[in-house]
Amino acid sequence: MSTDLIIAVIITVVGASTPILIAALGELVVERAGVLNLGVEGMMLVGAITAFVIVFVTGNHYLAILMAAAAGVATSLIFGFLTLSLSANQTATGLALTIFGTGLSALAGQGYSAKPVTLLGPLFPGLAADPFWRVLFGYSALVYFALFMVVAIWYFLKRTRAGLILRAVGENDLSAHSIGYSVIGVRYMAVMFGGAMAGIAGACFPLLLTPQWAERMTAGRGWIAVALVVFASWRPFRLLAGAYLFGLVMTMELYAKAGGGPLSAIPSELWAALPYLATVVVLVLISIRRDASTNAPACLGKPFLPSN
Amino acid sequence: MPYRLELTGITKRFPGVLANDNVTFAVKPGEIHALLGENGAGKSTLVKMIYGIMQPDAGEIRWDGSPVTVANPKAARKLGIGMVFQHFSLFEALTVLENIALGMDSKIPSRQLEARIRAVMTQYGLLLDPHRTVATLSVGERQRIEIVRALLLEPKLLIMDEPTSVLTPQEVEQLFEVLRKLAAEGCSILYISHKLHEIKALCDTATILRGGKLVDTCDPKQETSRSMAEKMIGAGLKDIVRGEGRSLGQPKLVVSRLSTAKTGHFDVPVDNVSFTVRAGEIFGIAGVAGNGQNALLDALSGEVRSGDKDAITLDGFPLGLLDTTGRRKRGLCAVPEERNGHAAVGDFTLSDNSVLTARDRLGMVMLGLINSGAAKTYTGRVIADFAVKALGPASTAGSLSGGNLQKYIMGREILQKPSVLVVSQPTWGVDAGAAAAIHQALVDLAAAGSAIVVISQDLDELRALCDTLAVINMGHLSPARPTGEMSVEEIGLLMGGVHGQAEARDAVPA
Repeated sequence: MSTDLIIAVIITVVGASTPILIAALGELVVERAGVLNLGVEGMMLVGAITAFVIVFVTGNHYLAILMAAAAGVATSLIFGFLTLSLSANQTATGLALTIFGTGLSALAGQGYSAKPVTLLGPLFPGLAADPFWRVLFGYSALVYFALFMVVAIWYFLKRTRAGLILRAVGENDLSAHSIGYSVIGVRYMAVMFGGAMAGIAGACFPLLLTPQWAERMTAGRGWIAVALVVFASWRPFRLLAGAYLFGLVMTMELYAKAGGGPLSAIPSELWAALPYLATVVVLVLISIRRDASTNAPACLGKPFLPSN
Repeated sequence: MPYRLELTGITKRFPGVLANDNVTFAVKPGEIHALLGENGAGKSTLVKMIYGIMQPDAGEIRWDGSPVTVANPKAARKLGIGMVFQHFSLFEALTVLENIALGMDSKIPSRQLEARIRAVMTQYGLLLDPHRTVATLSVGERQRIEIVRALLLEPKLLIMDEPTSVLTPQEVEQLFEVLRKLAAEGCSILYISHKLHEIKALCDTATILRGGKLVDTCDPKQETSRSMAEKMIGAGLKDIVRGEGRSLGQPKLVVSRLSTAKTGHFDVPVDNVSFTVRAGEIFGIAGVAGNGQNALLDALSGEVRSGDKDAITLDGFPLGLLDTTGRRKRGLCAVPEERNGHAAVGDFTLSDNSVLTARDRLGMVMLGLINSGAAKTYTGRVIADFAVKALGPASTAGSLSGGNLQKYIMGREILQKPSVLVVSQPTWGVDAGAAAAIHQALVDLAAAGSAIVVISQDLDELRALCDTLAVINMGHLSPARPTGEMSVEEIGLLMGGVHGQAEARDAVPA
């Protein structure tokens, strides 16, 4: 394989991984606070259509990203209100949120299909033109944002007092409450952060991958993000590795489809199914290895009922 | 000198209950003040109001002479009130240091905090490694975290909620040393307990609550344990009545070389345990929590089956390979420690809970159909015989208070007339009146010829109840001996022996 091809593959992998990584980072923070939000896919779709419409109307990509984050937060607040303020079941509410987001984005996107927009360009156009250095500096701001957030979230969780409080709330909500921390408040912040990240992850699709709107264009990547959090045992750097691994598998699919080379020996449908199969396998492996799952936040998915 | 804390006319009402009714008392600086009462007497509610977790409906709290409103625990800590909870508010996955940092209201760099923690630990002889994960610590060590956390705030009043219920006698003595030292330095201590001899040994004043009302404030050193107990329950205390000169019968339950596999990371399995319980005998197993009691109970009840059919025999019949249902049919019933969720299903009615364990022995199921009439009648009998405060067989288990649920569970097993009954913590968190009733029922069951195994951390209970005692430590069972021949010190050493050494090794140097 020539250097050019390797660089091209790396660039495709990084692009494909970025939305998964951003969404999973948000979900990681949400789950560390003890909340399981299965609505990532729905929030991503709301973010995707918002970003598309804004960029279609204004042509401003950064405004589109910002508004996608805001739309993600707004969607997550529905989930937050139901599960945190009204103590509704998180699993059911999360599933409903995905269905809601899918429908809402399809409705809002009517009349926008097959209309082209421009992709978000690289952050450093000069270096992006360099045939070699583009492998490091040829990406759009969203890619660097994702990498920055890996480090930022790791530092936040591990080293800051606010991160410690967030982990404490996810670990033992009743104790955190009795010490005097606002469990519901912390969880609202986490859910909103997760919503913002999912919205931005959704914006990656029209701004980074395919410059148009298509219904359900996130194609289940939100679910992969949720599985990835478990895969990474709730640790940011493992999440990074996992996201790039999934991105690699997804890129294989593209090359297999394009034909040629040893990859096309396997039908592209199987390549397309691989990330999802890998998700299932990973979840099974983790369930078998009990020690790994003990890293799960102890209060994950349990509603906070302080009266008991 | 003004009082450190003065409560005047404190009243707190919950739907249907008057939890505190016009309670008035005061605590002097440097005084160790006991707050005494049965479960549901209103001790916890009162303390929660002092610590700012709840607000009183009426009444006044004065601190160092001036009236205050304690809006939340943060405000309480600011005043100088520290609290050590009965159920520790610790985060198992976090380290000692992280846990303590969470309890601090101001932001302190972790290195500085660690230095302060080590200073407090050394000053009061509370040894702990700040970097250990809480999940790996014993209950006594966990309590030390809570105490250190409270002491770092240099409290002027320290509230201790039932602190000794999980400690060995030696650990209790260490704790008392710490508390006396604190009191000598001028810190007031509000000590909540129902263990009367401890209150006599430690406290200067005792305030007794019953049914939310203040019954008496007295000097515990001038009272007898019995007189305080009677004030607490508002009636004469019944002694356990034993048949005179009863003799023990044939061996009934024989356990030989019972071992279990290690299942979880923090689980202690039992290792090569052997003992014999005769007909009419109450066999006590003492030990600090987390030394294999749960594994032993699971192995005896059949939740975890043994590979060896002869590891457990009942009247010579091998039970080792049978599951819980099989063992129940053969006459071995068991009551696990955790009431809600293990011994009973909280969302089920009492009737349905009866079906869960009594169906085979009492024929409540015919051809796969539940005879709900029989279940209801039986549950009614349990409620009546054991004075369970419940609306009836149709109330859910979760709606009962801890003590009442325990009475129901004990009654449900005892009225099945098992030939062997294994119980863990039969009176954990149960008030004195209910505990006496449960003890009497166990004694009566033994007198009728059943063999009984009581696993408990409460030494007073075991010494009052059991004919024979053994101590479990790190999964090993000490040789059984008649209760009368073992002193508290001896039992305490067996309870703490191996574990105490392990602890000292990891601790910071004093």
